[in-house]
Amino acid sequence: MGVLENKFQDNVIVASLDKLLGWARSTSPWYFQFGLACCAIEMMASAASRHDLERIGMMPRSSPRQADVMIVAGTVTMKMALRVKKLYEQMADPKYVISMGSCATSGGPYWQHGYHVLKGVDLVVPVDVYVPGCPPRPEALIEGLLKLQEKIQTERPLTRKSA
Amino acid sequence: MTSAEIKAVLEHQFPAAMVENEDLTEKQVELKGNQWLEIATFIKNDPDLSFDQLECITGYDTGEDGPLQTRYNLHSMEHRHKIEVVISHNRENPNVASIEQLWRIGDWFERETYDMFGIVYEGHRDLRRILCPDDWEGWPLRKDYEGQETYHGIVVQKMKEEEGWE
Ligand code: SF4
Repeated sequence: MGVLENKFQDNVIVASLDKLLGWARSTSPWYFQFGLACCAIEMMASAASRHDLERIGMMPRSSPRQADVMIVAGTVTMKMALRVKKLYEQMADPKYVISMGSCATSGGPYWQHGYHVLKGVDLVVPVDVYVPGCPPRPEALIEGLLKLQEKIQTERPLTRKSA
Repeated sequence: MTSAEIKAVLEHQFPAAMVENEDLTEKQVELKGNQWLEIATFIKNDPDLSFDQLECITGYDTGEDGPLQTRYNLHSMEHRHKIEVVISHNRENPNVASIEQLWRIGDWFERETYDMFGIVYEGHRDLRRILCPDDWEGWPLRKDYEGQETYHGIVVQKMKEEEGWE
């Protein structure tokens, strides 16, 4: 902002719209709350008073239409996989997916004999951040969320991508 | 009543239905499937037996050559006695009368056993899969079950022993 800097009064901020949008988006990614297995308990713990996700601007929504981030917390069965995909498709762009725990990432404890478990949610929806653990502690999930916020911040929604 | 006394009552009432099975413990009794609804009605309503609680229905696969079994855990609230009834089915066409209308809890128990073993409960009013999706193929808890390769276009990745993971 070299040219425009210090040209205005003190209470005017100059920024590029791209960056401003990235900043605005990254600081309030509302997440879609649905727990699939034990990992959901840790997700709830992250949202509750001790860790308090709202402190980093994240608030649970019960409808995919209102959510920006889908936290896949737990074991995705084949039966659920179709529903997860459908819910992902119902979310409005821009949308992000966090794969929480080893079940969602790779099938977890069911990787060999779980005939009905999807071996990684990335087989049905694109995943932005993987959080390892069985289950990950709330601190780990929060780190994953902060990583996601960093990622959103670097996006340039108005810049045309070169082919 | 002790298990032996319960068995004696059954033997007295339904001599044709008893099956000898060495593998069972003394708390278990094997019966033939063809009279099952009649026997079940009797042991539920008889004042001395009064099995008013169906605790569980389990499917059981005795191996590739053996029969499939349904096992009913029955308990009497009144007399505080228990018995496990075992009924064997042949592998090709496993079926037995449903007791869903006798003990209402049997509704979901039978659906689950059907879902996992493919045992058909004749007379069940709503025999659908309960855990697996409706269009699932095969009976997962049978010993000879082979998981499906794909489900709605999603590859069911299989990790086999050959891959050196064990
Ligand atoms: S990763 Fe572990 S804690 Fe999480 S859903 Fe799977 S089994 Fe449960």
